[in-house]
Amino acid sequence: MAVADPMDVSPLSESAAAGQVVELGADGPLRLDSGTELSRFSVAYQTYGALNADKSNAVLVCHALTLDQHVANAHPLTQKPGWWDVMVGPGLALDTNRYFVICANVLGGCMGSIGPKEINPDTDKPWGLSFPVITIGDMVRAQARLLDHLGIDQLFCVIGGSMGGMQALQWASAYPDRVFASVPIAAASRHTAQNIAFHEVGRQAIMADRDWHAGEYHAHNTTPRAGLAVARMAAHITYLSEAALHRKFGRKLQGRDKISFGFDADFQVESYLRHQGMTFVDRFDANSYLYITRAMDYFDLAAEHGSLPAAFKKTPVRFCLVSFTSDWLFPTADSREVVKALNAEAANVSFVEVDTDKGHDAFLLDEPEFHKTLVGFLNGAADRRGLKKP
Amino acid sequence: MSPAADLARAALRADLLFIADLIEPGARVLDIGCGDGALLHYLSSERGVDGRGIEISQTGVNACVSHGLSVIQGNADTDLNDYPDGAFDYVVLSRTLQATRNPREVLAQLVRIGRKAIVTFPNFGYWRVRWNLIALGRMPTTRLLADPWYSTENIHLCTIRDFMQLCDDLGLRTERQAILNHTGHNIKFRSTSRFANFFGEQALFMLSQR
Repeated sequence: MAVADPMDVSPLSESAAAGQVVELGADGPLRLDSGTELSRFSVAYQTYGALNADKSNAVLVCHALTLDQHVANAHPLTQKPGWWDVMVGPGLALDTNRYFVICANVLGGCMGSIGPKEINPDTDKPWGLSFPVITIGDMVRAQARLLDHLGIDQLFCVIGGSMGGMQALQWASAYPDRVFASVPIAAASRHTAQNIAFHEVGRQAIMADRDWHAGEYHAHNTTPRAGLAVARMAAHITYLSEAALHRKFGRKLQGRDKISFGFDADFQVESYLRHQGMTFVDRFDANSYLYITRAMDYFDLAAEHGSLPAAFKKTPVRFCLVSFTSDWLFPTADSREVVKALNAEAANVSFVEVDTDKGHDAFLLDEPEFHKTLVGFLNGAADRRGLKKP
Repeated sequence: MSPAADLARAALRADLLFIADLIEPGARVLDIGCGDGALLHYLSSERGVDGRGIEISQTGVNACVSHGLSVIQGNADTDLNDYPDGAFDYVVLSRTLQATRNPREVLAQLVRIGRKAIVTFPNFGYWRVRWNLIALGRMPTTRLLADPWYSTENIHLCTIRDFMQLCDDLGLRTERQAILNHTGHNIKFRSTSRFANFFGEQALFMLSQR
């Protein structure tokens, strides 16, 4: 079952997007942090570029909460360009002429990897809420199994923004010998009370939707569209800065020249958010949203290891952390806390704060300074890893 | 030496070259106040040094990282206590001590986290400085201390003798000392002498814990 577009050729072909789903678990179950096990689990992934002979040029891109493995190819559902096609491709920062880029749909996701939407083979019904609660650690464990399957011992680099950055940190912490470089962008070592609070609003919106049916909506041939849309709308606000919202919309009215004294979308910002909510429900599963937000809430490296430095004891990994000045969801202070912990281990760490008013979402956008520093870091690391220049 | 290495040497400011020549190949080095990363770049490309940097200006940090150097934004006054004891073979603080809030504490941190600390600073005992104050009655500005009193970042200036006194108070061992002119070239004075304190425009000390 291939999820890639029909243009795709072999998975290792140069610069072409290749997608597939593998069924893993034959060599042992996936043990989850909750204590449960998945005996078989599917992982859907895309690759770009070619793996070199000594398998040393693999870059794992970890995606954020509502994104997926379609990093640099048209999305099969929305037909929109890949979410990081400003970053991944020939001649770009993640140069597919030099690196073999992999991105896997996270555990609990809804784009082909095992998650609440998929069929539980024991019941022949979608897992729904019987799917075990998963963590960032579990996501990374599943990715490690995918690498085993691909025969890749060590990643040249693991990189991601937001929840993807949490995975990049988790990778470095859990598998220090399997990661040469780690690039957590707009991320944190734990979710704050405010982050958890926003997620809870989203989850409550979904669960309050009568079409949710306690997670059994597939059986009722419904989806909690309204609830999921509200969840998306609330979350979307946190991805933008006030300055960016103001610049884009201000108090401008939508398709009218005066207020309506009603509850239609008078303001452009309302109309924009409604659109964001509506288009989201067509591509995302409500239960997946519950599971993945929960995984982020549970993430706390310091709590897991006793202290944050202990999570990176004598780490050999080269780090580059990036934050954005106007990101209030994962502010610079969060990255700085990780930097302090890495310094306590005398780790090799770079840290760049990029001046932008685009908020948390800046990591997805064409920010020249961000890309420039990333290219510099990656080139420096690639030279030390002995990767051939393209 | 290869032509490329010659070029690299020629491109480096003389005082930084002097520092670089004190550091053996392959060492672990932390450059505090690394600016645009010129010293770090030289050390890692020409000496195979495992170099890290701390720089206060974000522009400087971003420039360093985009050239493949491991640099973080930070501050000598607040961020050195993050590092473990003896994390580096050398810690370099070049022309920065006088701009720190608490030079005594910073010095103590340098020799804690580095086996050796290399410190350079402008000498406030330099004759032109004295001349400014004594003869002209003006706050000294020199080629190394170019900014006027109201906008200078140099808040804790000292003479070479002051500095040696502080090292004594902290019980530090001076492994090496040198006097540099304003372009950073070594000039031969014995820095223990009052002449050095009078004619030296900047000083370099290599220190360690006793």
